[in-house]
Amino acid sequence: MKLDLSLYDKIFENRVRLQIMSVLAVNEEYDFNSFKEVLEVTDGNLASNLKTLEKEEYIVVEKSFVDRKSNTKYKRTTKGLKAFENHLIALENLIKQQYK
Amino acid sequence: MEQKDLFKELGEIRLLMEKSSKFVSISGLSGVLIGCYALLGTLFGYYTIAIPDTAINRFASGLAIPTLFLIVAILILTLSLLTGWLMARKKAKKNKQSIWNITSKSLLFAVSIPLITGGVLALVLLSQGYYHLIAGILLIFYGLALAAGSIYTFTEVKWLGILEICLGLMAVCLPDHGLMLWGLGFGVLHIIYGFIVYKKYES
Repeated sequence: MKLDLSLYDKIFENRVRLQIMSVLAVNEEYDFNSFKEVLEVTDGNLASNLKTLEKEEYIVVEKSFVDRKSNTKYKRTTKGLKAFENHLIALENLIKQQYK
Repeated sequence: MEQKDLFKELGEIRLLMEKSSKFVSISGLSGVLIGCYALLGTLFGYYTIAIPDTAINRFASGLAIPTLFLIVAILILTLSLLTGWLMARKKAKKNKQSIWNITSKSLLFAVSIPLITGGVLALVLLSQGYYHLIAGILLIFYGLALAAGSIYTFTEVKWLGILEICLGLMAVCLPDHGLMLWGLGFGVLHIIYGFIVYKKYES
């Protein structure tokens, strides 16, 4: 059987991006510092991957200020969630394929 | 990609979803301590009602029993909150989690709505002299708060909440046993719950 890779998303080949999307799949919104804490990555790495996801319109960014400190929040988009779900299905299919 | 890597990847996604949406730094041992404070408070309550002419009563003469109970309740609440917060901070430090993050904020918000409502209602009942309802109301609203907050922390909290609500409803039906049920709910249940969480996640 030929393997269907149409659901597989190249964007999520990067681990941090896949992790960001996993977090946003179960949380309505998440802020930068909480991401840093839970993913244990550097500022630069996190920021650049968030930027990529934003460009793909998988997430949206909401900038606000709390006590004059910037408080940036991230949310998933419908497009992003769909892509994430499809990617998970693709990974599942890969596993099933290898079982045959 | 190897199959083993795929399994690992899916497993990690699941763990991350869990870790990012739940605040797990609540200490089980603090539950045991808080339960002990409540039991001491309950004993004090029994003591004051059963033997009116005690040293404490003479010391606090002039204070009506409801006022005395209110002071003790506020003392227990303050002590419990302080214990819970300090021990959570310690556990969070160990887990390399910050105590003030997005999940703890959500947890606090979810819990505070039923808790503040119940607290205000209890004060209103107190001021109008409906003393017999207060133990039950406090248990019910505390249980509702736990059930509401449980989605942001251990699932055991949900069951603790449901049990508190059951005891609260019983206390409203059987006001004569209100104090005993209050001690059971805030004392014994907390100790059992704290012990379970400690055994399951901390030892």
